[in-house]
Amino acid sequence: MTTAAIRPDDWNFPLLLHVLGAMVLVGGLVAVVSGLVIAWRRDEAQTLLTRLAFRTLLFVVLPSYLLMRITAQWVASREKLDDADLAWISIGYIVTDAGAVILLLSLILGYLGVRRARSEGGGGRGLFRALTVLSSILLVALLVAMWAMTTKPI
Amino acid sequence: MYDWLLFFHVAAAFALVSAIVVFSVVSIAGWRADRPSTAVSLFRLSKVATPLVIAGSLLTLILGIWLAIYLDAYQVWDGWILASLAIWAIAQWSGKQSGRDYTRAQQLATRLVDEGKDEPSAELRSLLQSRHGLMLQLITYAAVLAILVLMVYKPGA
Repeated sequence: MTTAAIRPDDWNFPLLLHVLGAMVLVGGLVAVVSGLVIAWRRDEAQTLLTRLAFRTLLFVVLPSYLLMRITAQWVASREKLDDADLAWISIGYIVTDAGAVILLLSLILGYLGVRRARSEGGGGRGLFRALTVLSSILLVALLVAMWAMTTKPI
Repeated sequence: MYDWLLFFHVAAAFALVSAIVVFSVVSIAGWRADRPSTAVSLFRLSKVATPLVIAGSLLTLILGIWLAIYLDAYQVWDGWILASLAIWAIAQWSGKQSGRDYTRAQQLATRLVDEGKDEPSAELRSLLQSRHGLMLQLITYAAVLAILVLMVYKPGA
């Protein structure tokens, strides 16, 4: 038996938005990675699913990343944890800041891949494979961050 | 023990929401699809979401009840937990019903592709644009959001 930590009520709204953003972000990445892996294995679905993966990245993953990251800062400032030297906070910042770079690269690769596929008819395979790898890395990193946020190791 | 229970409970919730996002991507992309082959390609994505929705639904429930029993601060019969359980049941019902509509569309698209008929199908389009399915999906979103609000705010705790 143990007692859960009760937090002040005024943290709840930013925390709700943070968790919601994180959940939709992970869901969006699951859709992107799944779509790309299926497209990788099935030629007839390649154009449709790679375009869908790029649109999901742009219209689901990017906005939910921004929601998750902005509200993370909001929660941290409410909890006065902006400059705290805690492992779970550091993991969160490392993953999200590196995640921003990976997301930006993924968007560029996706855009170029969709353009090449349109002009060359089925081209851009290499770009989509690189996008699959980057999106998978981001997904795994976010799962590590989720572990850190829930278990809070020191 | 508490940390790991909470982690797997939250991970299950992430799996559930991930499945909902994948189903939503499929249904939004399918809204304008009328060719059976397009629909079949899109429904391949939903195969990924099915195990996620099953595991996520069951594990959020089991681990959530386990957490409520394990923690001194909460009881399973607390109002916010009972409300979450009731809303969880609503989400299960609406999710399953909307899934049935899309399963019918998937079966029709697969049959047409197997028969070599890939021309636009009005019947397929009407199934993919089912207002009934859309309403049920919106109920599922609202229910899952309501559970998340209850989990964060824990009213009365």
